[in-house]
Amino acid sequence: MNESGFIVEMRKITKSFPGVKALDEVTVKVKPGSVHALMGENGAGKSTLMKCLFGIYKPDAGELVLDGKTITLANAKQALDSGISMIHQELHPVPYRSVMENIWLGRYPVRDFGLFKLVNGGKMLRDTKKLFEGLQMDIDPRVWVKNLSVSKIQSMEIAKAVSNNARVIIMDEPTSSLTENEVGHLFRIIRQLKSEGIAIIYISHKMEEILEIADEVTIMRDGRVVGTYLAKELTTDLIINRMVGRDLTHRFPPRVNVPGGVVMRVEGLTSTNPRSFRDVSFDLRKGEILGLGGLVGAQRTELVESIFGLRNIQSGKIWINGKQTIIRNSIQAKSHKIALLTEDRRTTGIIPVLSVFDNMVIANISKYLGKFLFLSRRRASEDVRKSIDVLRVKTPSPMTRIESLSGGNQQKVIFARWLLTEPDIFILDEPTRGIDVGAKYEIYTIIADLAKRGKSIIMISSEMPELIGMSDRIMVMCEGRATGILDGKSATQERIMELATQFM
Amino acid sequence: MSDISTTGRRLTTRSVREFATNNAILLVLLAVVLVIGIVKTSFLNFDNIMNILRISSVRAVIALGVGGILITRGTDLSAGRTVGLAAVISGSLAQRMNYPSRLFPNMADHSIWIPVLAGIGAGLVVGLLNGTIVAFLKVPAFIATLGTMTIVYGAESLYVDRPPMGATPLGGFKDEFTNLGSGSIGPDSFSVPIIIIIAVVISVFIFLVLNKTRLGKNIYAMGGNPDAAVVSGVSIWKNTMLVYAIAGLLYGLGGVLLAARAGGATNNYGQGYELDAIAACVIGGVSVSGGIGRVSGMLVGVLIKEVMNNGLVVLGVSAYWQQIVLGLIIVVAVGIDIQKYVRKR
Repeated sequence: MNESGFIVEMRKITKSFPGVKALDEVTVKVKPGSVHALMGENGAGKSTLMKCLFGIYKPDAGELVLDGKTITLANAKQALDSGISMIHQELHPVPYRSVMENIWLGRYPVRDFGLFKLVNGGKMLRDTKKLFEGLQMDIDPRVWVKNLSVSKIQSMEIAKAVSNNARVIIMDEPTSSLTENEVGHLFRIIRQLKSEGIAIIYISHKMEEILEIADEVTIMRDGRVVGTYLAKELTTDLIINRMVGRDLTHRFPPRVNVPGGVVMRVEGLTSTNPRSFRDVSFDLRKGEILGLGGLVGAQRTELVESIFGLRNIQSGKIWINGKQTIIRNSIQAKSHKIALLTEDRRTTGIIPVLSVFDNMVIANISKYLGKFLFLSRRRASEDVRKSIDVLRVKTPSPMTRIESLSGGNQQKVIFARWLLTEPDIFILDEPTRGIDVGAKYEIYTIIADLAKRGKSIIMISSEMPELIGMSDRIMVMCEGRATGILDGKSATQERIMELATQFM
Repeated sequence: MSDISTTGRRLTTRSVREFATNNAILLVLLAVVLVIGIVKTSFLNFDNIMNILRISSVRAVIALGVGGILITRGTDLSAGRTVGLAAVISGSLAQRMNYPSRLFPNMADHSIWIPVLAGIGAGLVVGLLNGTIVAFLKVPAFIATLGTMTIVYGAESLYVDRPPMGATPLGGFKDEFTNLGSGSIGPDSFSVPIIIIIAVVISVFIFLVLNKTRLGKNIYAMGGNPDAAVVSGVSIWKNTMLVYAIAGLLYGLGGVLLAARAGGATNNYGQGYELDAIAACVIGGVSVSGGIGRVSGMLVGVLIKEVMNNGLVVLGVSAYWQQIVLGLIIVVAVGIDIQKYVRKR
């Protein structure tokens, strides 16, 4: 033990990305043998901070102090070697290998025969059994990881961290895919780790959980620390207040849209996946911006992708302009004049190696067919040029590869792609994610303008000011269910947060 | 005034450099031709160059088929065997009436179009089969075409099998047929080989398909990011079928031209052409991870391979060394090409 009394200290960590300051002089100190919770809205900087601690990002400024000694981490391997482990929200084990091979991956015990070395399977099995016994885990080291439940895989990852002599274990949303029973099991393991002097940094949105398991809570907001509190002095209300209590620093363009008659009615929509959304109903009016709020994992993306025909629906009905419709795929969705801007621009939005031009016209090629199935480049160019002007896309030329543009400009190109299909209903899934503040305003302007022109908009956002600032009405979801629809003018962040955590 | 001139010069330097990076492969081709030509002037004589172009014509038609598939992130190992199938089918229907060992002795005389269309049709059938397996059964293209490659070889061998002699070579083709491969059009002093004209027409056609049609845009989008293509309402199965079908047509045509040029055909024709075609495409800048590739690149890739093949023979390099050099070219070309993407991560 060093004199400071802390096992790990993050001192004045600052980290910027192009156009955004993700962390601003963040200081968090963690005591050994304690659970230190990290809370904040999506985008508050929790993940970035943890990536700095785990060697994935290099901080621009600030100091990492482990056991009283300043350290620098160039990669995750160095973090692991110095005793910092991370249990990721999305677990990535090797499915078709045994549990023990997963645990000792990259550091298999070997038997040295001088000329050659062989993996010592017997020792690996004995070591794994001993490890599991110590942690009171009931897992067969020889089964394929593919056959384990999520909870067991998580236990395995924790055991792996312990076997690595971890003194600090970061857990990112560890309960997001666990049942209540499994959460209890996890908490038992966490308490045992604590008793052995291991510090846990626990990231979660779930208030009740935090209040039960954490010793200290650090709340972050907009890349800064609001404060560090003793968990026993906190209540759910206090946490919410400190997470969201701020002035609306973002500004929004004035909106002059007037919602009209109902364009789309959704009734009792239920996913085929029992873990996803169920029994969701809402109306969407002409010229309306309907915000869709909730925490990560509330199944909002799944809901809109089902409406767009990309995912399967078990039951429920959709009416468009009063006619009941079934949408089985994106081609049918397009024919019903629906457009979808997906959440993850990189994986389902842009086609990185193609030009701005090609990215803009891909959803709308049929419109440019000329003689003999040839495309009319003239008409397409005209549309592309107009879109670039109207949306103010900053690109050296229409033939520039889209991957070389900034996030905001890429997003504008995707907007243009769908605008060219002349949709009536525009579904926007986190339209400003990963976009710097200036470009955000431009995206808001585009959205406000669309609504003014009578387009109906469903906008998913995890940023509450954005929801309140842009929506006529806000539907909030929690764990796959719609928990309420608020009026945009009277909605407060506290009220949204309450609805978003209703079942937690 | 001096300002303008320096700006002008700077622009020129930059545009030259830009041209060089965009057309590196073309410059490599020119350099190779120059070097071999200087060392051995006979390499540059007219007949030799025409010979290279004739061989390249067949290879180019095949490479253009494979290239389209590569752009969609697929691959086609059946290309070579399909070329062989088309060669024996068209050849068997193009034999002279007075040729003693005809495959079909009782067949009546018919137009030269019959063997040509039959060969192309055979290629189309294989292409549709590949497309179906890849698009509907979702079998990875590598495995699907590995299977059809083997099936097609069996089928074409059976086609020319005359037990107990086994698979027999075909010969005695009509002049109109061989003319497709070795004949020329135009006045004596300025005649152009028909086979080269066909290759040019096909290249223009594929260029138009890839760059000017809906199908082409979809091919690039599917290869560049299949998920984004689906979300944008691109029908993956339809476009996959079309790509393999067009490729099949091209292999069929390639087989017809090969038989016509050689004046004969065996069931081993086309063996290994699929790998040559893939190699030519990647040398020409087609990315096997999809979404990238130009017709001009594929053509230059074919030419580099054929120029090296021919040039190394002219220079008297041993056949074994030729293999080593060609292998190195593939690895180095793709190695250089891939660096632009590696560094970005």
